[in-house]
Amino acid sequence: MTLATTHSVGVTEKPPLRLRLQQKGFDGVTLLVLPAVIFVLALFVYPFLYGLVLSFQPKEGGWLANYSKFFSDRFLYGTIMTTFRLAVPVTIFNIALSVPVAMRMRLMRRQKVLTTILVLPITLGTVLVAQGLLSYLGPQGWLNRTLLAAHLISHPIALLHNYWGVFLSLVITGFPFTFLLMLSYVTGIDGSLENAAATLGASAAQRFRAIFVPLLIPGLAITFCLSFVQAVSVFPSAVLLGAPAGPTRVISIAAYEAAFEQYDYSLASAIAMIMALVQLAIVAIVLAARGLFYRGPAGSGKG
Amino acid sequence: MTIASRDFRELRLDGVSRGFGALNALKDVTLTIQRGEFITLLGPSGCGKSTALNCVAGLLPLTGGSIWLDDRRLDQLRPEDRGFGMVFQNYALFPHMNVRKNVGFGLAMRNESKADIDRKVEDALNVVRLSAQGGKLPGQLSGGQQQRVAIARAIVIEPPLVLMDEPLSNLDAKLRLEMRAEIRRIHQYLGSATIYVTHDQDEALSLADRIVVLRDGTIRQVGTPAELYSRPAHADVAEFMGYRNIIRTEANPGSNGWVNVGIGGAEIAGTPLEGVQRGRAIAAIRPEDLSPVGNGPIVARVETAEYRGRDFYGTARTEDGTELYFRSEQNAAVGEVLHLGADPARVLVYADTAASRPAELAPNGIAA
Repeated sequence: MTLATTHSVGVTEKPPLRLRLQQKGFDGVTLLVLPAVIFVLALFVYPFLYGLVLSFQPKEGGWLANYSKFFSDRFLYGTIMTTFRLAVPVTIFNIALSVPVAMRMRLMRRQKVLTTILVLPITLGTVLVAQGLLSYLGPQGWLNRTLLAAHLISHPIALLHNYWGVFLSLVITGFPFTFLLMLSYVTGIDGSLENAAATLGASAAQRFRAIFVPLLIPGLAITFCLSFVQAVSVFPSAVLLGAPAGPTRVISIAAYEAAFEQYDYSLASAIAMIMALVQLAIVAIVLAARGLFYRGPAGSGKG
Repeated sequence: MTIASRDFRELRLDGVSRGFGALNALKDVTLTIQRGEFITLLGPSGCGKSTALNCVAGLLPLTGGSIWLDDRRLDQLRPEDRGFGMVFQNYALFPHMNVRKNVGFGLAMRNESKADIDRKVEDALNVVRLSAQGGKLPGQLSGGQQQRVAIARAIVIEPPLVLMDEPLSNLDAKLRLEMRAEIRRIHQYLGSATIYVTHDQDEALSLADRIVVLRDGTIRQVGTPAELYSRPAHADVAEFMGYRNIIRTEANPGSNGWVNVGIGGAEIAGTPLEGVQRGRAIAAIRPEDLSPVGNGPIVARVETAEYRGRDFYGTARTEDGTELYFRSEQNAAVGEVLHLGADPARVLVYADTAASRPAELAPNGIAA
């Protein structure tokens, strides 16, 4: 209908704005993106920029005072290492656990049931998991009592309020996420490739090394980034299950203390910015490393 | 440890069976393949031909029977220990390796020296005429080129047996013809025994030394292309080999060893098979053998006609409603009445038994 009108008006005249926009890919449907844009602007971009500006307006000193304070105080800059010491092993552990499970699952028929069971912890939330672990792993918890009763240990093992408490909780809450991602990457690798490698004489280990791993690397990189970022932002379990004053004093705790114990929002913002930068740096490094490997489709070509 | 040697006399499938739960995909298949022979497994989809191939390759364990290479039992070996070359329907090229690496993969797994691998890979790429593409990734190649890489990868290990699973089904018609000739040429050049799975009878006829027709997991007939083309052993095989006129009828003994069968109200002479002389029977005639002749006994009205360059193919219906596929050298106009006839040697008459009833003639199908 619109076209007919345009023709009757004549060729020399410019087509109406609506048509011109349409040709560039803007039409009524484009408006549907507005809520998301507003959401991102209001809840992400604005707070981020606000925090960035705030971090350069310290309570005292020059505009970089917060940053120099952070990097001169071991109690503060040490939190980066502490965070890494938790997030990196947890991420690697989760991936290392996911890959074999996913590889086995891809051959199974009742995938859905097992996937549901494995993914269930994701619905629980960190605090509930922490609560459960507190009663399960405590000195009087089932685990220690069982081990004591079986005379496997003579004293309760300390799994709470230290590094391992946080580690375990991060594994439990992080594994489903890591696993789901890995499962989709693993099942994306065409099974006939493995068959082809087998008929060419490759043993199971050789098939894994020569076919599976190279095709999985892009997926591993992405999964590592996402799982890592999730683990870095650990806060509840570090407080509830860890030792927030010592071995599990992660960077988010430092930010929390600055904001709500010292009421120094400016310093807290600076710490948050540093946290974001550190995460970005890791993600950038991992993705850059991924670029060194094959990144194409994991199928077997056309067909 | 692999059996990478072409020096064998025969590969023997002995009562090979494979079930999937309650379904028997392969039932008691016994077959001997001679050194250097090109065998095609031919059958409609679901007949068990790919299952058979995967069983030989070791990708599917047997549920019964055994497989022997001369006096070595193979069916207990893992696929990597059998040393057969396999070409997959979707090519299954390793997407992260270039063409040379793909082709050399089997040699690398055999721990051959770098120099040997390079030389053999170059030779194999020459055979499939892809020497110039060695450095490319599979994703940068056309479908036909990918298929040739897959073939090179399978033959470079000099396997005693090459297995091909519908390797041409993903190619367009023109490329398929070219690749068919290519496969024939490579086989003649290398001389390795080949099992080739296809559902395309033209492919089977043009490539095979012997064709194995499978249906519902059992072997229906084994024979040379000429035997299968002109003398299918059973009505269902005939249907699959291009005998499009499959007519349920009555047989009566005729003169000179022929039998007479009724088709569309007319009586014509045919060749008795399966010892049929009298009673319920199935007549099978290729469309190209049923043509208008001066005194043709079958009277039928043309319903469709299509031009095929040198001649016309069409369908015609007789007075009693039997639909016939025919060939004509003259233009056949729709509605025209033809007098069709066929050489008795080309009219095959089979017993009408449940076991060999073609799919088209379901138990309650076309009336006799």
